[in-house]
Amino acid sequence: MTESPKNIVEIKNLYKSYHRESLVVPVLYDITFDIAEGEFLSLMGPSGSGKTTLLNLIAGIDKADQGMIRIGDIDITNLSETELAAWRANSVGFIFQFYNLIPVLKAVENVELPLHLTTLSKRGRREHAEMALAMVGLGHRMDHYPSEMSGGEQQRVAIARAIVTDPTILVADEPTGDLDRASAEEILAMMERLNRDMGKTIIMVTHDPRAAERAGVRRHLEKGYLNHDAAQNPL
Amino acid sequence: MMLLKILFRNAFHHKLRSSLTILGIAVAILAFGLLRTVISSFYAGVDAASTTRLITRNAISIIFPLPISYADKIRQIEGVKMVSYGNWFGGVYIEQKNFFPNFCVEPQSYFALYPELVLDAGQKKAFLNDRKGCVVGRKLAKKYGWKIGDTITLKGLIYPGNWDFVLRSIYTGRDQTVDETQFFFHWKYLNEATKKLMPGLADKVGFYMIGVIRPDVAADTAVRIDKAFQNSLAETLTETEKAFNLGFIAMSGALVTAIQMVSLIVIFIIIAVVANTMAMTTRERTGDYAIMKTLGFGAKDIAILIFGEALVLTFTGSLLGIVLTFPATRIFSQHIATYFPTFLVSAQTIYMDIAASMIIAFLAAVIPTRQAIRIRIADGLRRIG
Repeated sequence: MTESPKNIVEIKNLYKSYHRESLVVPVLYDITFDIAEGEFLSLMGPSGSGKTTLLNLIAGIDKADQGMIRIGDIDITNLSETELAAWRANSVGFIFQFYNLIPVLKAVENVELPLHLTTLSKRGRREHAEMALAMVGLGHRMDHYPSEMSGGEQQRVAIARAIVTDPTILVADEPTGDLDRASAEEILAMMERLNRDMGKTIIMVTHDPRAAERAGVRRHLEKGYLNHDAAQNPL
Repeated sequence: MMLLKILFRNAFHHKLRSSLTILGIAVAILAFGLLRTVISSFYAGVDAASTTRLITRNAISIIFPLPISYADKIRQIEGVKMVSYGNWFGGVYIEQKNFFPNFCVEPQSYFALYPELVLDAGQKKAFLNDRKGCVVGRKLAKKYGWKIGDTITLKGLIYPGNWDFVLRSIYTGRDQTVDETQFFFHWKYLNEATKKLMPGLADKVGFYMIGVIRPDVAADTAVRIDKAFQNSLAETLTETEKAFNLGFIAMSGALVTAIQMVSLIVIFIIIAVVANTMAMTTRERTGDYAIMKTLGFGAKDIAILIFGEALVLTFTGSLLGIVLTFPATRIFSQHIATYFPTFLVSAQTIYMDIAASMIIAFLAAVIPTRQAIRIRIADGLRRIG
């Protein structure tokens, strides 16, 4: 009998609402679920269902009104802003729809950026960044600025930036939303490899059913409620 | 290092906008520097004033003269080392627009009291031996093309008629702060003519220049001089040269204040321009800052980026403005030498330029920084795309 992987993310009774002047807009209701270590999870749902909000809460870039989010051994709902920033730097890799690279930095400098918050030497930072870029197949584009690269290439740089610190989890918000079909396939294949070959835990928000199919586990959000029947990918 | 790299590249990312902002700052600092130099020029005489010289004039007003007989009495007063005297002549060369300061003085004592006016020994001797001789400053001689031996005719506005002088000496200033646009001639020449033309004004002087033995006795000596002429027909008012010069500036007080106000307005305008640039820049980079915060960078790092960018733009513009101030001042001084004989950019003006640029950078960056720091990461990320 094989040992089932331990949970890397535990979410319990999570509530979140936004305040627009005097108006309170509830976004998430009583969300409870776990993500196993090495899982590739896709969060689906229509616009306004709270997918990105949930992802932001898991990634520690927004604060819940109520509930608990434990990542590894840390309950991030109890962390201060400063502690959260330090935790994010060490534990989370981010991939966004619009790549979100710093336009004035070259590809290798963009990948190096999160390493400036570590104790690595200048040489160590550069070596790590070059290795990460080589892993995403962009070893030859290190000195190019984002404006000199295609959307797919920029997203690969963003993936290199996300993995360069070897984070606990990777969060991806519509990573293929701004890409053509071929580039999207490339990015999804790369994420699959990161999950399969490197054991990275990936949480991906997507509208695209074809992208969601790549994930091992699919969950649906509907008007702020989580559909508890997670679909397991037979593959 | 990475933050420095980002802020420098950010500062020059939009080349046209950055260039125009830098140009605006440069022009503002240039204007500020020129205006401050005008103000400094007003005070140039004050700064150059000697601490061992006193000026004695009529207590009622400088336009009323004092008897020449006071000279001997002043020489006897404790603390007095040397006495000279003179009158404002108020002549013009050919026509009214050719105006420059012209005085008649007792030449031996005057040039002994003012060692900053440097005369060639031979020329000085020739001047002292010629009652109709005159001494002019180097800049004045250059302006009108006068050479030694030339006859110069001044038209008297206070003392009517045409007055001929022979140029015997051209003085130079001991340093850059000395006025080289003055014209001096013998008091006796004027007095002898006045005796015939306006006997009532003869044997009178406009002011006494008094050298004291040490700077620390100047105040007491001034009191003793005025006391000596108390209750006389022409009571005196004796001041240090510095106070005397400040009195002249006070007459132009409103003008100096107006120039100071304009120089401050220039700075306020450029603060608004740079603040607008920084606000636009920060708004455009909200996503970048959100990403950096997402990656774990803190408020301090974001503040360094925005303040740093404002400082880079402002200092580049200021440096350009300061560099341009020197040729601009030279050009300016050629046209206004009559009004501002020593028009020099002082070290204080440069320090004020630098201080102004720091104030501009700080005030322009403070609100955008506050906004960038306070925006929630999720809201910042939403602005991308």
